[in-house]
Amino acid sequence: METAAVLERETYLNASYGLKSWLLTKDHKRIAVLYFITVSIFFAIGGAFAGLIRLELLTPQADLVSAETYNKLFTMHGVIMVFFFLIPSIPATLGNFFLPMMIGARDLAFPRINLLSWYLLIGGGAFAIFAMVSGGVDTGWTFYTPFSTSYSNSYVIATALGIFIAGFSSILTGLNFVVTVHRMRAPGMTWFRMPLFVWAHYATSLIQILGTPVIAVTLLLVLCERSFHIGIFDPALGGDPILFEHLFWFYSHPAVYIMVLPGMGVINEIVSTYSRKPIYGYVFVAFSSMAIAVVGFLVWGHHLFVSGQSLYAGLVFSFLSYFVAIPSAVKVFNWTATLYKGSISFDTPMLYAFGFIGLFTIGGLTGLFVASLGMDVHVHDTYFVIAHFHYVMVGGTIMAYLGGVHYWWPKMTGRMYPEDFAKLSALLVFVGFNLTFFPQFILGYLGMPRRYHVYPPEFQVLHVLSTAGATVLALGYILPAIYFLWSLRYGKVAGSNPWRATGLEWDTPSPPPTHNFDRIPVVTHGAYDYSHIPGEEIEVG
Amino acid sequence: MGTQLRLLPEQASTIAPEVDHLAYYLLAVSIFFTVLIFGAVFYFAIRYRRRADTEPPQPQHTGLALEIAWSVIPFGLTMIMFGWGAEIFFKERRPPDDALQVYVVGKQWMWKLQHMEGQREINELHIPINRPIKLMMTSEDVIHDFFVPDFRVKQDVVPGRYTTEWFVATKPGKYHLFCAQYCGTNHSAMTGWVYAMSPQDYQEWLAGGPTGSMADAGARLFDDLACGNCHKPDGTGRCPNLTGLFGSTVMLADGRTVKADEAYIRESILNPPAKIVAGYQPLMPTFQGLVSEEGVVQLIEYIKSLNPPLGQAQGNPTQTTVPAREPAAAGAPPANR
Repeated sequence: METAAVLERETYLNASYGLKSWLLTKDHKRIAVLYFITVSIFFAIGGAFAGLIRLELLTPQADLVSAETYNKLFTMHGVIMVFFFLIPSIPATLGNFFLPMMIGARDLAFPRINLLSWYLLIGGGAFAIFAMVSGGVDTGWTFYTPFSTSYSNSYVIATALGIFIAGFSSILTGLNFVVTVHRMRAPGMTWFRMPLFVWAHYATSLIQILGTPVIAVTLLLVLCERSFHIGIFDPALGGDPILFEHLFWFYSHPAVYIMVLPGMGVINEIVSTYSRKPIYGYVFVAFSSMAIAVVGFLVWGHHLFVSGQSLYAGLVFSFLSYFVAIPSAVKVFNWTATLYKGSISFDTPMLYAFGFIGLFTIGGLTGLFVASLGMDVHVHDTYFVIAHFHYVMVGGTIMAYLGGVHYWWPKMTGRMYPEDFAKLSALLVFVGFNLTFFPQFILGYLGMPRRYHVYPPEFQVLHVLSTAGATVLALGYILPAIYFLWSLRYGKVAGSNPWRATGLEWDTPSPPPTHNFDRIPVVTHGAYDYSHIPGEEIEVG
Repeated sequence: MGTQLRLLPEQASTIAPEVDHLAYYLLAVSIFFTVLIFGAVFYFAIRYRRRADTEPPQPQHTGLALEIAWSVIPFGLTMIMFGWGAEIFFKERRPPDDALQVYVVGKQWMWKLQHMEGQREINELHIPINRPIKLMMTSEDVIHDFFVPDFRVKQDVVPGRYTTEWFVATKPGKYHLFCAQYCGTNHSAMTGWVYAMSPQDYQEWLAGGPTGSMADAGARLFDDLACGNCHKPDGTGRCPNLTGLFGSTVMLADGRTVKADEAYIRESILNPPAKIVAGYQPLMPTFQGLVSEEGVVQLIEYIKSLNPPLGQAQGNPTQTTVPAREPAAAGAPPANR
């Protein structure tokens, strides 16, 4: 009996029991599950804020919440989604779980530090939640000075401390990944045999290590000015507010790539698996991740085109921004080319991957608008920008995240999710997303500014469309939450390799044993070698 | 009327059609690639759908030429976006010399505007069409942003410095003015209207305003603050003579030189020790807190009005560089630092 065999086998899930065995675990897979639960909760909170925002914007007047509350809602939506969901989402859950397995390692290089980084996220999150329940924060997730340091009467310090602490979680995760990739690859796992998911995480980790300290320092400076009136950013104290914008975006632009690169990594795995082909142009895709990580550090000034920064600085930053567009385009072209002459199946993760490719394409192309100086002046700080970055962050990262969670769910839990409901959720997310955010491009070009609680009545039709779309999108997100929970108990038992994928993580039982592999595998070929299709089931005793 | 659906804002300035043309180019490129990618994904997905679970895999080859082509061609297309956008940006950021200047002060949560002729407005700006208008802007508190979508212009309004924005309105009408940089609780109420008027209507509107120009208001403030006690017009005061100052090049005590523009004068009023004129001592107290941003711009206009009429045509500021501030004028001892 297959079922009985799986249940009796020791896995990372049943190796030990009790809360303590989870809270003190050093197993990267258990820590990944802790992260998964944590970021799911943050996603639900951030999503609830978004829902309230969309509800308020149904009419031009203020009717649901006050101006002050509205400002707090979009601030906390941004803070939660960026710092406590998007940044940890894929790396800390899927990356944590599968990066060691994909390179044939038994764990990350520093298991204790891995656990510590989860506690840091919890600690940072606790500060942020404290700020919210105490009264909230209204500076916008960008904390622009001198508003945040001298004018806001909200919980700026608690929120900033929360982000500061969570930043260390991000740094430590990145550090752990870099060392693991350098030191813990299985015999024969050369750099160019690694799955592109690992390359993407390696590039992401470099940004996390090099960029995050800058936001930490910047937030400390905000605290110094706010608490001790040391003049750094507020001109009334002798400071310079544009300096803050430079420091903030020096991290926060590369942070965009912290959020989207891991998603691109997931898409590589899915596209390859469901078309049974190696990723076209593997080397180009691998190096495009590194190019994005490096060039991504040189373009922060494109957030300052209308700030009063010099004309020539604007020129340089616009020019460099187009350089970072090319590696992203290269990835999209290579994924598309991978499909050519493939053996393509339409399982749920692949539907999410198709969605990702389409939405990320639109997000990337509209990035070309905002990188163009003369164009940006008009659409800067309007709904056009909101639509653009949601196409990248939600249409890109969250599509990839959901695709990845579906793809690896059988491996993580040993259970299959119900395929029909999952396909429905992919469809709802795609349709709902487009209905929510496409009208916002038009709104933005018409001139609707961001962060407006009330707005002129001529914008209402498009806002209504957007809110209607958000409703569909919410259903698309709630549905997986239900059937994933359901599948834990009632889902069909998954074999070790239900998709017949290559990759070392499929070469061990589902769910994997605590030490991942009974024997460390010896790697003899590159990732995505479909010259023979792997068997579906590997019977384990 | 209130809920009609529009897809494009009005083109009400000279730059608006140019921005829209660039937008059409960007849109065309975007639609091309979107159709290309969507089309290819759909076509491949259906053409190469899995027919049997044991299909033999296809051989794989990576085409270097293809990789280069789809890197270089898009890059070429983006360079057009860069160059075109930069050209428009340079126009947007360089006001012509003959522009009509209006001072803008943003504060939580209103716009205060002053015309040279003395008119003052709140959340409304009246301007003539077909004439370059230059806004000289600053903020009393946080960062704001002066955004007129129908003109396609936007610029942050930053405390502690002047930023400028300019445009030529082309159609009489009433246009939205938005604060586009989040500035606190009532950010979305920091809105107003720009009224573009025919020159005749504008003259009529001006005539209905108060008597006395901005420079006159500045002169009164100059007297109220007793600036003239030290800044004597004949150069005998303890502080530099201000006649002919604006637009000239000033020699500083530390050997640097600085062009006497709005930012320099503002700094000299609010933070006098920052730049000491050669030959003078750092005697002047700060006027931070004693004079508002609106007062400062009135003083600037007054100082500008002290220039000889020739220089006021703004055609050639270098003509006024008869340096009113030779070192060691007025028999003052050399600055002691």
